[in-house]
Amino acid sequence: MASSTLASAPAEAATTAVRGGRARRTRALVIAGGSFVALLVIMAAAAPLLAPHDPVRQSLRARLAAPTLSAPDGKAHLLGTDHLGRDVLARAIFGARVSLLVGFAAVLVGGVVGAALGLLAGFRRGWTDTVIMTLADAQLAFPFILLAIGIIAVLGPSFPTLILVVGLSGWVAYARIIRAQVLVLRSREFVDAIHGLGGSVARIVARHILPNVVSSLVVIATLELARAIVLEATLSFLGLGIQPPTPSWGGMVHEGREYLDSAWWISTVPGLILMTTSLVVSRTGDWLRDLLDPTLRGE
Amino acid sequence: MSGLLPFLGSRLLRALVALWLVSSVVFVVMRLSGDPVPLLLPPDAPRSEIFRVRAELGLDRPLPVQYLVFLGHALSGDFGRSIHFREPAVRVVAGYLPATFELGLTAFVLAALVALPVGIVSAVRRNSLVDQLSMGIALIGQSAPTFFIGILFILIVSLKLGLLPTSGRGDWRHLVLPALTLGAFAMASIARLTRSAMLEVLGADFIRTARAKGVAEALVIVKHALKNAAVPIVTITGLQFGSLLGGAVVTETVFAWPGIGRLAIQSIYNRDYPVVQCVVFVSAVLFIVINFCVDLVYGLLDPRVRTG
Repeated sequence: MASSTLASAPAEAATTAVRGGRARRTRALVIAGGSFVALLVIMAAAAPLLAPHDPVRQSLRARLAAPTLSAPDGKAHLLGTDHLGRDVLARAIFGARVSLLVGFAAVLVGGVVGAALGLLAGFRRGWTDTVIMTLADAQLAFPFILLAIGIIAVLGPSFPTLILVVGLSGWVAYARIIRAQVLVLRSREFVDAIHGLGGSVARIVARHILPNVVSSLVVIATLELARAIVLEATLSFLGLGIQPPTPSWGGMVHEGREYLDSAWWISTVPGLILMTTSLVVSRTGDWLRDLLDPTLRGE
Repeated sequence: MSGLLPFLGSRLLRALVALWLVSSVVFVVMRLSGDPVPLLLPPDAPRSEIFRVRAELGLDRPLPVQYLVFLGHALSGDFGRSIHFREPAVRVVAGYLPATFELGLTAFVLAALVALPVGIVSAVRRNSLVDQLSMGIALIGQSAPTFFIGILFILIVSLKLGLLPTSGRGDWRHLVLPALTLGAFAMASIARLTRSAMLEVLGADFIRTARAKGVAEALVIVKHALKNAAVPIVTITGLQFGSLLGGAVVTETVFAWPGIGRLAIQSIYNRDYPVVQCVVFVSAVLFIVINFCVDLVYGLLDPRVRTG
């Protein structure tokens, strides 16, 4: 938003050369952000190879050890150990698995549900449309985390529940953009023509609707990924996410809370990684928007 | 004023539909949680006793009937008895509500008081050091997880610098960190939106006209620009007020603040579902009332939305 307001600045005196420079800079930023996410994915996938220690192995003698470079028994605890003597760096590396798995899966769930409901609302219109859009309004009008807490409290925390809840918290943005596109295209004559020639709805969707919204969807999905990762970490922090001993960033911050005074690194390391990830991913979404889809800027 | 009533009517209708949806979800979730009777009775209770309590709670009736009864009870504020506190759930929640109000209001006022001047100055001194610094912080504030902001505050301000208490409720010093944590997201959002709304207005022709005819710069900013940028600022500010409710759950847990958010989390651990449902329902009502008030202000400020 910050950079987009620069673009809509009063004078609009930006010459094409400056514009070209800006676009190139934005593209470089998007690539940098994308590389960050790619690195995280590689880190999560190769966690057993990269982690210097077993993330769940406890060691009473190595409890609450400060970050250090010295390694009396071979491998140093570079970022210290937690209250059970587990290596914080190893746990942070493995924690990326939970964040990314839940994050990407939730974006997928939200995208599929949102796209389906958006198509339904746009094509059926009438009652179906009213019901779906009222549902969307109601969900946007409510702090979803409260609902998530209630649902998880009852269903019990697990990967599927978490993915479902985090995913369903984000369907509205996709549904809105797809519905709008359907409504625009429905009024066009060529859609009637395709219908008349026997083209199926699926064909219209695949050939005419999706290509028109794909860049918006990519932008939304990126912003949703950041939101999903933060929501998962928040739920884990509240004890409603992935249960111990599986390491997750939010869960680690929670575990380190009682030791903030004596062992600040237990909470701070995963927290900073989470904060950086959230910041980079959501900024990448903003940059993608500037690059791909200037019409979305108005938000 | 014409057109305001239909606008408010449609908004009221939507608010009621939203409330009905939320309460229905609460009902479904409650039924998914299974039979609450064993939780209420000692493990060795005889079967006849279980059946008696089940009949007493109306759980032996068909689901649609149960649903209607639930709606009736919810409307009259009856959510059953708290298993943990052994008194009506709604009374428990009401007891924790003032702390949440205190925290929420402070956070909101703090956020608005900081964010509005920062946003205006950033717009007026665009690209200055102040602008870049505050917008950088705002970006971090918007994307950082609330719970970690709280943890960082506790670590740095309370533990390392020893300036403020880490948790609990007491005098104003207990309020500062939780309110800053809870208000961080709202502060960042309001500051960024104020800046962009002001920038848009400052670029308009009538501002150039005002400057050209020699109006003092301060007057241009306050009277000409700010007044015209007010509508989006008021809207986002109001909406942020509502979303503070969701953040309260996290903030109250981090700072052991005795409000309804922390109550909800503790009730989940205690498997005290009547209280959880009551908190969700009460928050929904609060949220919807707040949003309705925002719409009302919006409708009064900007005549265009009434016809649209």
